[in-house]
Amino acid sequence: MNRHEFAGTRALIRLILRRDRLVLPIWIALPPLFVILVAAAFAQLYPTAASQQILASQLVNSPGFVALLGPVPAATIGGLTVWRSSIFAVLIVAGGNALTTIRHTRSDEETGRFELLGSGAVGRRAPLAASLVVMLGADILVAVLVAGGLLAFGLPFAGSVAFGASLAAIGLMFASLAGVASQLTESAGIARGIVGAFFVLFYVLRAIGDASETSGQSWLSWISPIGWAYLVQPFAKERWEVFALFLASVIVLTEVALVLSSRRDVGSGTFPLRLGPARASHRPGGPLALMWRLQRRTLFAWASLLAVYGIMIGYLAKSSVDLLAANPQLANLFAFFGGTSAYTDALFTFSFTFVGWIGAAYAIAATLRLQSEETEKRVDHVLAASVSRLRWAGSDIAVVIIGSALVLVAFGLPAGLTYGLSAGNMAYELPRLLVATMVYLPAIWVLAGIAMALYGLVPRFSFVSWGALGAFIGVEVIGELLKVSQSVLNISPFKHVPAVLVSGLSATPLISLTFVALALIVVGLIGFQHRSIG
Amino acid sequence: MSVIQINNLTKYYGKQLALDNVDLTVEQGEVYGFIGPNGAGKTTTLRILLGLLRKNSGQVSVLGRDPWRDAVALHRRLAYVPGDVSLWPNLSGGEVIDLLGRLRGDFDQSRRNELVERFKFDPTKPCRTYSTGNRQKVALIAAFVSDVELFVLDEPTLGLDPLMEEVFRGCVAEVRQAGKTVLLSSHILAEVEALCDRISIINEGMIVESGTLAELQHLTRISVTVETAQPVTALSELPGVHDVRVDGVRLHFSVDAGAINRAMEHLTRFDVQALTCTPPTLEDLFLRHYELQTGDSMR
Repeated sequence: MNRHEFAGTRALIRLILRRDRLVLPIWIALPPLFVILVAAAFAQLYPTAASQQILASQLVNSPGFVALLGPVPAATIGGLTVWRSSIFAVLIVAGGNALTTIRHTRSDEETGRFELLGSGAVGRRAPLAASLVVMLGADILVAVLVAGGLLAFGLPFAGSVAFGASLAAIGLMFASLAGVASQLTESAGIARGIVGAFFVLFYVLRAIGDASETSGQSWLSWISPIGWAYLVQPFAKERWEVFALFLASVIVLTEVALVLSSRRDVGSGTFPLRLGPARASHRPGGPLALMWRLQRRTLFAWASLLAVYGIMIGYLAKSSVDLLAANPQLANLFAFFGGTSAYTDALFTFSFTFVGWIGAAYAIAATLRLQSEETEKRVDHVLAASVSRLRWAGSDIAVVIIGSALVLVAFGLPAGLTYGLSAGNMAYELPRLLVATMVYLPAIWVLAGIAMALYGLVPRFSFVSWGALGAFIGVEVIGELLKVSQSVLNISPFKHVPAVLVSGLSATPLISLTFVALALIVVGLIGFQHRSIG
Repeated sequence: MSVIQINNLTKYYGKQLALDNVDLTVEQGEVYGFIGPNGAGKTTTLRILLGLLRKNSGQVSVLGRDPWRDAVALHRRLAYVPGDVSLWPNLSGGEVIDLLGRLRGDFDQSRRNELVERFKFDPTKPCRTYSTGNRQKVALIAAFVSDVELFVLDEPTLGLDPLMEEVFRGCVAEVRQAGKTVLLSSHILAEVEALCDRISIINEGMIVESGTLAELQHLTRISVTVETAQPVTALSELPGVHDVRVDGVRLHFSVDAGAINRAMEHLTRFDVQALTCTPPTLEDLFLRHYELQTGDSMR
């Protein structure tokens, strides 16, 4: 390995810190904030050791919830905090690391921004090395803040440090994985897709592994890096040796990525380029066809993500029922939920909230496609042809409206099929699970409406729609724990979605949500017709 | 009736003045050059003509209609080539050409094939792999396949090689032959001189000069570098000759377009060994323009 291959790394580190001076602090601060809020909420709600014990034993014996949120390492404030906050903290840390790494390696090459840098005294390995160094720093900061926050809260030292360190380790793991992914293809989008697919795979392996502790598939958690984070067991055993797994895989992945980056041409991937058709297809081609052509792959990616999740939930619901049959002692727990079917219904209802958030994230991303088309000036070609603004923006809205329905079906159908098949009651389970999923559609449209209204009126601030989704999720997750007043909870459209399986279908909230979404979209379309482009 | 009619057009970006009382008239069937340095307001003007930007004040009409209100109907009758062509990275060049052609109405397949051939363009690659010149070809082919009345071209040869520039000029000549109107923005004076009937010069958001090339001849001076066997005398006394400077055996001077003949006659008497003539650059033109202006004000 030659030193000159790393030339310029220091300058690139400064460039990354400068470019990401706003985003970096935000995602570094989010996990510690969330973890501390959750710890505070548990301390307030379950002040006594006895109450913590009762909650933990209920959770531990509930395989569905263990699968979704992970196992509870200990029946203490620390253990409960780790259980409840891990999934969000892991998602943010993994996402932050992976997206930042890809942004400063493959995206720069794809857009040609790297040409200017690469012509300077910058080694082939420098961009990747610089990104990884910045991510290492960011992850250490996350670990210190999480551990420090929990320590300040009065939690044990070893557990606080172990939890902070496990988040940092998973972050670094995803940074190095993203480093490899961005060497493989020419497109940053595909690199993000690869990392996303691995995240889902790791999550599912861990979920199934953790849920089947008794049935002998727990080894699945050991092949999933997300599973490792839980196997550290902060506030319980603190198995420090698990960090050796992280360390080894980070070293291997980093080395692979660095070697790949110094062997290939700048701008090209490891896999060769695929040629496209010389002509457009003969189907009628308007702006709608274009929007569909541009977004179909992304839509299928979101849909398959939710399909995997649906199959997993269906399978988990089924295995929970099996567990009940095998272990009559668990009957108490199921009685607490109101019987077997009530238990699975509660599990499904709980998982639907995630589906709603994922669907809303899809809808916002697909709506804001309008903005990237505009800032990249690609819209000029379309609007300079005989296409009205209404038709162009409307095409995207049509894709969003239908796409979000497809995304929900992609969850509800496999979930219903898997569970219906195993429960032997397809005719009953499939339709009601599908309906219970689809009721999220109007709430998702409201988020698309917020994005459209912002884009139409103040395009510079359309990213605020992501903030709105974050706020709604925060209100739901933290609001519930902190017992925030109902009027605050009500700002979230998700709060108005009827829990069909638990309390039945009610049309009024769905109709009013649809009207709100429609009004927001119309406001956005009107605003868009009256402003300058670009 | 004029194809493009702009009166007192003013445009602000926030508080910054981008266009200041711009007037421009383009007649049916002419190739009109719109020149100015970077950031002068060329693209802003063109984007207002396409209804992509809102004007702050003034009157704008394209093919007799309001480009903001009647954008869609108008765009069926015009084709646009942006200066900085940005394409969808995962679509192939051929797909984009077909797409843009269809969005404007239908187009002739044989014409498309002919243009792909003439521009030596490979339509199968994904757009993300195209160089600037190749992206430009996508936009040019998509524009020239359409049977429209008006072509709005914003620095269309940026990134094209000289051979392709020739092909482009051929395309412009063809559409002009067919009686169509072309508005060509550029900062390359030679290109505008070769193609355009009339030109307007814009600088800092203001039209500083308009007219036919002949009318603007007083602005153009040619720079000459000459080597002679015998030392040249009395050159600077000739009318229309300026800035005479001796550099060893070489002699540099500039000459008004109308005075070239006399200057050449004078030089041949000293046995010319080598001669280079450079057409005025846009920069020269501006310098000259401001020289005239300050001269006027001093008088």
